[in-house]
Order: sequence, then C-alpha cells, then structure tokens
Amino acid sequence: MQKIDSREKLDEIMQTEGDKVKNSKCRILICAGTGCLAGGSGDIYNKMCELIDSDPNVEVCFGPEIAHGDGPAEVRKSGCHGFCEMGPLMRIEPMGILYTKVSVDDCEAIYERTIKKGDVIRHLLYKQNQIEYQRQEDIPFYKKQTRLVLENCGHIDAEHIEDSIAHGGYQALAKVLNEMTPEEVINEIYDSNLRGRGGGGFQTGYKWKQVARQPEKIRYVVCNGDEGDPGAFMDRSIMEGDPHKMIEGMAIAAYAVGAQEGYIYVRAEYPLAISRLKKAIADATECGLLGDNIMGTDFSFRLHINRGAGAFVCGEGSALTASIEGNRGMPRVKPPRTVEQGLFEKPTVLNNVETYANVPMIINKGANWYKTIGPENSPGTKAFALTGSVKNTGLIEVPMGTTLREVIFDIGGGIKGDGEFKAVQIGGPSGGCLITPHLDVSLDFDSLKKMGAMIGSGGLVVMDKNTCMVEVARFFMNFTQNESCGKCVPCREGTKRMLEILERIVQGKGELEDLDMLEELAQTITETALCGLGKSAALPVMSTLKLFRDEYVEHVVDKKCASHTCSALKKFVISAELCKGCSKCARNCPVGAISGKIKEPFTIDNSVCIKCGACESNCAFGAIHIES
Amino acid sequence: MVDQSYYDKADEIIGEHGAVPSALIPIIQDIQNEYRYLPPELLVYVAGKIGVTEAKAYSVATFYENFSFEPKGKYVIKVCDGTACHVRKSTAILERLYTELGVSKEKPTTDDMLFTLETVSCLGACGLAPVLTVNDKVYPAMTPDAASELIRELREA
Repeated sequence: MQKIDSREKLDEIMQTEGDKVKNSKCRILICAGTGCLAGGSGDIYNKMCELIDSDPNVEVCFGPEIAHGDGPAEVRKSGCHGFCEMGPLMRIEPMGILYTKVSVDDCEAIYERTIKKGDVIRHLLYKQNQIEYQRQEDIPFYKKQTRLVLENCGHIDAEHIEDSIAHGGYQALAKVLNEMTPEEVINEIYDSNLRGRGGGGFQTGYKWKQVARQPEKIRYVVCNGDEGDPGAFMDRSIMEGDPHKMIEGMAIAAYAVGAQEGYIYVRAEYPLAISRLKKAIADATECGLLGDNIMGTDFSFRLHINRGAGAFVCGEGSALTASIEGNRGMPRVKPPRTVEQGLFEKPTVLNNVETYANVPMIINKGANWYKTIGPENSPGTKAFALTGSVKNTGLIEVPMGTTLREVIFDIGGGIKGDGEFKAVQIGGPSGGCLITPHLDVSLDFDSLKKMGAMIGSGGLVVMDKNTCMVEVARFFMNFTQNESCGKCVPCREGTKRMLEILERIVQGKGELEDLDMLEELAQTITETALCGLGKSAALPVMSTLKLFRDEYVEHVVDKKCASHTCSALKKFVISAELCKGCSKCARNCPVGAISGKIKEPFTIDNSVCIKCGACESNCAFGAIHIES
Repeated sequence: MVDQSYYDKADEIIGEHGAVPSALIPIIQDIQNEYRYLPPELLVYVAGKIGVTEAKAYSVATFYENFSFEPKGKYVIKVCDGTACHVRKSTAILERLYTELGVSKEKPTTDDMLFTLETVSCLGACGLAPVLTVNDKVYPAMTPDAASELIRELREA
C-alpha cells in the first residue's frame, strides 16, 4: 500500500481502486461475519478461490487486481450482511445476486453456471411467500431498511483498506483536516443533533464541546465497543464489517477536541472484531491515515485496542476507563464527569462504535442533510439486532422513528411459525418490554422513555406466547446480579434480594406480598444506585410487572405457568385413553415417579416427579402432556 | 508445575506491552491465552515487574470473569445464555452438557482435563441462536442432541 501523504493522494487511490471495483466484471463477496463463519463460510471462501485459480482461461472479463492471488475473478471476504438467519451468504456483483444458505457443495455449480455463464441458481435464492428474490436489494428484509451506517457492511472487504478507500473511506477525515477548524467540526456535529447510540442518547456534539473547553490540554478519545447487552450485536457487525468507518469517526473526534491518543475497548467475546480492528489500525497507520502527520498535515493520532475481560459493568463510562488504566472496572461517583476527568484523569470523549460510525457521513453530507432523516429530536438511523421468535433474525438499520410494527412484521417477516406476538424486549437488561398496543409507537429516544422502556444499544428480542415473562424478568435479574460490581449497596444487595424473590416465584413458592416487595426494592435501587447498571437494573422487572401482572399472579396464586416454561410449575399427566400401558415411561423415569400395570393406563406421582420431561418426549403414543 | 520457561514467557509478554501498571490486564490476558489459565505464581511475578502491589494484581485478576487460577480443559465450551439463546431454549443444552460431561457450575472441568464447561452472556451471534463455542469456534443452531454428538466427536478427535 502506498503512503498517503496528501488529500490528493487519497483521491487518487480512491479513483484507481474505485475503477478497479467498477471495471471488475465479477466480484464474489462471501460473508465472513461471525454468523456466516460459524456456518462454514471460511471453507466456501477457500473453495471459490481454488476454483477460480484453477482455470485462468475462464472467459469472463474480470477485475485487474485480485484480492487473494493472480486468478481472474475477485473473491472477497465481506463483513456481516445482517441476514444471519439465511447464512452463509454470497453476493455476486455487479448483478447483485444474493445466494443464501450456501454450502461448499454449491461452489462448483456457482462457478460453472453463475460466474462463467451468468445463470442464476434458483434454489439458492431467498424465497418468501412463494416469491423468489434474485437481487439482494429487492428482498423485503433489505428493501424496508435505510442502511447508512451499515452501507458498506457486506459490500466491502473489511480486511482491505483499499476497498474501504474505494468506497469513500477517509474522505471526511481529509475534509476536516484540509477545510475545517476543530470548532467547525464540533459545531457541525452539534448542529446535526447526533445522539449517542450506546443507550443514553446524550448529545454527541455537546460532549465534544465540553471536552474541547477544558483547560487541560492532554485529551483522549475512547470508543466503547464493550457491547455487553445480551441480544445485541450491532457494534460487533460494524467492527467486523467496516472497521475503517469507526476509526475515521474517532480520528475526526480527536481532531475536533485536540486529542492525540485514542483507545478502543472491545469485549473479549468478540475475537473476530478484535483481529479485524487490529488489522485495520495497522493498515491505516502504515499508509499514513493514522499515526504522525496524517495525510501530510500536522495532526497526529495514535490508536490502541484494549480487550475487555468479561465484566459487563465496563460498558459504563467510568468503569471502562478504569479498566483501560489497569484497574478493577468499577464505576465511580460523578462528578467529575468523563468529559472533565476521564481516562488517566484527563478530559475524555467517550462514544460508542455506532456513534463514531455516524460521524463521517455527517461531515461529508452536512448536518442539515442528517437532520432530514428521522424525527427532529432523534435524527439519523439506528441499527437494531432483531432476534428471538421472529422469522428474519439479523442486523437491521432503520430511520429513527420507524414503528415496531414495521420492524417486526415488514422487515422481520412476522412471528416465527406464524404464532402470536406477545412482547418485544428492548434495551437488554436495562430496558423494558413493549406489547401489542405499543406496536405503532415511534422508535426514538424520547418516545420510548415515555413508555418505560429505552432504546438501549439496540437489542430487540421478540417473544411469542411460548415465553414466560416472569422467567424473562428472572433471567435479566440473574444477569444483572451476576454483573453487579459490588461497589454500592443498593445494587449489590438489592438485586440479590430481587433475584431471590423472582426465583421463589418461578419455583411456585411466591406469595402475593412478594410482588409489592419487588416494587419497593425496584424503586429503592433505581433511586439510590451509583451507576447506570444499578439504576436501570430493575427496569425489566418493573416493566413486566406493569404489563404482565396477571402472569405474576398466575404463578403466585394458581401456581401455574401458562407458557409451560417454568419447569417447577409443570404438571405431567398421562391420558388414560391414549396410554397403552407399555411401561416405557416408567422405565425411563429417573426417579421412579411413574407406576402402573402392563397394558393398563399408568399414572405419575407428582410429589416425586422432578419435571424432567423424559416421559413426555419418549412416549410413542403421545399420551403424556403438561396439564394446562 | 510452573518452571523457568513460564517466567521466560512472562518476560516476553511484559516486553511486548511495556512494564507499566496500565499494562496489567493485557499482560495477564496474554499469559492466560498461552496457558489457558493464569498461574498464580506468574501473577505475583508480573505484579513485581510492572510495579503494582500483589494485592492490587490479585484484586484485578479476581474482578474479571475471564481470569482463572484453575487450569482449564483442552476444549473450553461456552454455552451462550444471552437473551436470544435463552428464549430459544439454551438451558436444555447446558443441562445436557452438565450431565454428559459430569461437571457442574462449581466444578466446571472434567477430571481428564479434556473439557471445561462455561456459560457466556452473549456471543453476539443471536441470529443463529442457540449457539455454543468450543475454543472460540462458533457452533450455530444447537440442540441438546447436537451438543452430545459434538462431545462424542471431540472425545474421539
């Protein structure tokens, strides 16, 4: 890679690399996100490389430069396309064909028919409601989205900086270094009203302003990539699929606030994101887009990576900086705030991955353009991780203000197995639930807050009638309790007491007074805990208690769980009409709870039964069921 | 047993990160990557080399879930119990593996040092739920039976 010592050089490379992309008759992009790699896309990549290398005389006009060697077509590993459920995915350009659920065995046919002859292999296309979709852009899952932050995810090779530059990477950095003062950059971001995508929704430009006006001249720029919310993977996909976009955003932030050092804190559970970021930083440094005298200017910015070590609380600002400093990741009392005394007690800009990834396009296209997307108070788009009982799980990006109905039913394709929608959990362990009457609420920071939920980092877990909401509340409380750092009493002791009560309730040992106690504890913890983790710890319980109080009462009073989730409340019964008296269940029962005479109906002694379900799953006559 | 080679390795890792207090976490992460656990002797050694107290180093190593003073098995299996995996019934997979391997939350490693079973809050592979990983390789859309089969394959490998 050539050294980029001026804006002109960057433009030149963008031009030449862009021409290569444009002129290549065929680009094969194989998704190498965590999801598709798990489905075997690494082997598919190797196989396609092998096929193309094997036949140099193939009669297709291919691009002049090849990613992996001297073959005639380009095979590239892309980042996450977001359509994880359908993986492994392969996109073939310029036709824009998307093949889904590709296996190594399909590679030969793809090469012979699609690459050589331009034929479409129909059984690899995505189908919905009997319609086959040839082009990726036409698939309803993609059509209803507005992919701006994720525009390159799945379309560029995340491991080649040239590919990023060809798609406009580092243009915004060149613009600020050559045309804008730091104040102008801050004002542009401030005017765009970009709000932090990590959960809080704090105004990014205001944060930068505060850091810039501190008397202390050593400042830091830190990126929070500690995406710990279970059920959220937006930031992971950006780090894996388009790492240069967030690096560029961080460099712009550093220029704006006068920082020379930056840190990216990534959770250890994302090994692929860490390795892609490391490569991206090394490549950018090598060609002069990071490091000293960037693009021939006097601006210097060095970027480091810190790996998390498995503590959710490190997603909290002051805990995160403590962890980078080499300490226990525990939040501290504020003020002083991070913008005043953050990392190494210096003024620090701390934003999350998605927030930084928004910055380059705001600089390129302007604050006024940005404000035309989404509602006035929450402009821009938001990436969501759509998971759970929904047909199309994956990573999506929509304008703020889109409704849940559009997200779940139009993009998500509805409920899995055409079941009934029950609730969606939004915002992870700090968030709440939304139910049918909320389906038409606008998804933005302020509207959700009014509903007692929050956008959080963007995890959307869809639940159908098979989900027990009391169990969900217990699950989140168990998570928060585990992750409580132990520094402040309300969180350390309070979450433990709440968890004990919830465990009693799912065990069928709860009492009605427990519900009042849960509410009282929830209120106390919310009001008195030290940090965001504690303050929001009770939200999943409060939200489910408000929306699904009947379910709690059913567990406590009737000792029943309608969704058959809470195993202690299950009661297995043998239907006398269906039972043939074969004794298989009695022989399978690990505790000897089933008895009877051969060829006569057997019975289960529920005082002995441990609710393991072995009888039910092994009965050849379907005679055993859970009593509802 | 921790022999001289362990200390040499520690020196090498300290050299990569610099002997400064803020490098404590990356250093012990690399040591753990090397040996699949953090030998307590090395933690003490590193503390002395980078200028933090033994107590401080211990407090850090015990705060973060990733560090283990106990040797781990050859295959570290992590069952994801994030929200998406949880609602797609990851608990059944975990329970099957506990039985299959004869381990528990308190004693996660098999006696033959082949397997260590852990849970993890979210691997970010929610689209493929429920998932588990074996030494960071992701296995998608698992079922209890598929998990048993995987254990059989690993035992024979």
